[in-house]
Amino acid sequence: MTTNHILTVENLTTSFQTPDGKVEAVNNVNFALDPGETLGVVGESGSGKTQIFMSIMGLLAKNGASTGSVRYKDTEILNLPPRELNKIRGVSMSMIFQDPMTSLNPYLKISKQMTEVLVEHRGMSEGEALNRAIAMLDRVGIPGAAQRVHMYPHEFSGGMRQRVMIAMALLCDPEVLIADEPTTALDVTVQAQILDLLRDLQKDFNTATVMITHDLGVVAGLCDRVMVMYGGRVVETGSVRDIYYDSHHPYTEGLLKSMPRIDHANEESLFAIPGQPPNLQNLPTGCAYQARCGYVTDRCSAERPVLKSFDQGRASACFREDGK
Amino acid sequence: MTAINPNTPKKDSSPILSVRDLKVHFAIPGKGLFAPDRQLKAVDGVNFDLYPGETLGVVGESGCGKSTLGRAILQLIAPTEGKVAWLGKDIVGAPHREMQPLRRDLQIIFQDPLASLNPRMTIGEIIAEPLVTHKPELGKEEIKARVKRMMARVGLLPQMINRYPHEFSGGQCQRIGIARAMILEPKLIVCDEPVSALDVSIQAQIVNLLQELQREFDLSLIFISHDLSIVRHICHRIMVLYLGNVMELADRDSIYAAPKHPYTKALISAVPIPDPEIERNKERIVLTGDLPSPLSPPSGCVFRTRCPFAKDQCARETPKLEHVSSNQEVACHFHESI
Ligand SMILES: Nc1ncnc2c1ncn2[C@@H]1O[C@H](COP(=O)(O)OP(=O)(O)OP(=O)(O)O)[C@@H](O)[C@H]1O
Ligand SMILES: Nc1ncnc2c1ncn2[C@@H]1O[C@H](COP(=O)(O)OP(=O)(O)OP(=O)(O)O)[C@@H](O)[C@H]1O
Ligand code: SF4
Ligand code: SF4
Ligand SMILES: [Mg+2]
Ligand SMILES: [Mg+2]
Repeated sequence: MTTNHILTVENLTTSFQTPDGKVEAVNNVNFALDPGETLGVVGESGSGKTQIFMSIMGLLAKNGASTGSVRYKDTEILNLPPRELNKIRGVSMSMIFQDPMTSLNPYLKISKQMTEVLVEHRGMSEGEALNRAIAMLDRVGIPGAAQRVHMYPHEFSGGMRQRVMIAMALLCDPEVLIADEPTTALDVTVQAQILDLLRDLQKDFNTATVMITHDLGVVAGLCDRVMVMYGGRVVETGSVRDIYYDSHHPYTEGLLKSMPRIDHANEESLFAIPGQPPNLQNLPTGCAYQARCGYVTDRCSAERPVLKSFDQGRASACFREDGK
Repeated sequence: MTAINPNTPKKDSSPILSVRDLKVHFAIPGKGLFAPDRQLKAVDGVNFDLYPGETLGVVGESGCGKSTLGRAILQLIAPTEGKVAWLGKDIVGAPHREMQPLRRDLQIIFQDPLASLNPRMTIGEIIAEPLVTHKPELGKEEIKARVKRMMARVGLLPQMINRYPHEFSGGQCQRIGIARAMILEPKLIVCDEPVSALDVSIQAQIVNLLQELQREFDLSLIFISHDLSIVRHICHRIMVLYLGNVMELADRDSIYAAPKHPYTKALISAVPIPDPEIERNKERIVLTGDLPSPLSPPSGCVFRTRCPFAKDQCARETPKLEHVSSNQEVACHFHESI
């Protein structure tokens, strides 16, 4: 079947072998991404956000393995050999990592790091590639790009380095951009600059974007759709308005309620979700959220709720859906 | 959930802490072999009073001097200049024998909960340590009883007393840090980014715990954070720092309802609001450029290189912190017109 999805993920499951046993980091995840769309992925630390996209990009650690299907347009790309994957990775699909220093080589000038991919994948000459790199640095707001392109990563500030990363990710006009907490390490004023930049770039290039973040404010401003993760599974998905104004899953509801707001004076104590996130190595039978949920019933510890669709493009994994 | 009223600070009593013209300058070795040292003015003249039961928020971008200020107040870093009066008495440069008994009342908790706990001690030993140091007269059984009581109070199961820090989650480690800071029933805790490393769902638990402890023990808090949403929730007054200088100091309602300094306005408007309609339609002031190097701060107003309203005067004259009302102070030449 042909669709116009750029990326189609089906039954993606990723686990890691560890000395203490198997860790099911990503469990049966399904979603699709359309051109120009921005998908927000939220959830607690360790809920599997990063590993979904590490699996898709073929960047899992050695002890990890995935099953399921990931299609870029109509091509199956899950578990492709690196040589094949490199035709797509960094070219049609790029990823920006939380810590820019993990993907920038500290010993190479930015010019070298940026031109390589263009020469290799776009068949540009060194000169053409350098011009394109400078134009892209300029586009992401690096002043004096023509000089700065010859600097080393450590000579840039944190915010500038993140801009360099974005410029690098966009060099080959990717159709999919995956941004993993791209502003978490930055100050709010610099975060605002980077978010503005991402919004602008999206208008200009119509890139489909995945925004992985724990900041529900960032998602509110930037995303069309939201996928909420808990314990390695998707627990709720819907349009940004559905999620924020009419959340169905108790975890989503709790998360939104527990955020202090800069635009409200709240004189009461904050709503707090009790307890702690689950240990993926030791998930309970039934719903992973049961120990923290205010709506828990006997059924929740006996049986695991599956992600159930309702309305247009919405789904929630909770037995409360049955009663609605 | 029980609704609780926020603590009301005792403003009619005398301040427990008065900080006057506090400066911390670090000497940074010059670049050449014989080049003179350069001064990094991490904190450059801070003034404030803190009252019993009050929470002062300290906000600003990375490197603006928040942690240095917190540590200088507790004399964990020697101030270069200025006064820190604790219960009316200046403690800057006080000899160890004078500081030691005061330490009981002055505690600190840190951002990285696990890294700040000794991995080779059980959590019972970690929490008990200040008691053993400051109240050696207490017997073993009494210390253990107090540790268990405090563990229960901060939401840790007392039977976990013999476990080690690595067996706990980030939020639990922060509870251990809080139990240790609280065990001597101090009067002041400096909280240096206490929830920044925690998940959103756990942040709310810790913020609530700090507020409950504040009410129960009439604690004063200095709450260092870069999260202006949490600061709005927990603080009575807020100090905005930029390159070691105070830009604005005001009570919570004034600063959020009517910020006067261009930097405060930009900071507040940059915080994303978790509501799509509001977030997409709000007015924003996006600052250009990066923080200048603290080794060569701009002349005059330190904020001028990023200020959308800067004029010639701003490069020549340093604006002084001035009262615009009884509970709001601002350092900007043009605060009335912008
Ligand atoms: N190489 C590995 N071996 C074993 N477990 C791993 C490995 N890499 C990741 N995990 C586990 O997989 C789970 C999901 O991790 P992931 O990085 O996707 O979390 P996340 O949602 O991105 O969290 P964060 O918000 O902290 O970035 C975690 O429990 C993590 O400990
Ligand atoms: N021991 C030191 N020697 C030299 N410079 C220092 C020292 N400690 C801090 N600094 C400098 O002083 C300035 C203020 O640092 P400080 O750690 O107080 O900032 P901060 O506001 O707490 O930042 P963050 O939000 O990143 O924690 C920075 O420029 C820092 O590099
Ligand atoms: S299935 Fe049960 S425990 Fe899980 S979220 Fe729904 S009500 Fe809560
Ligand atoms: S003094 Fe000048 S540069 Fe400084 S904040 Fe005011 S207007 Fe801006
Ligand atoms: Mg991650
Ligand atoms: Mg700090």
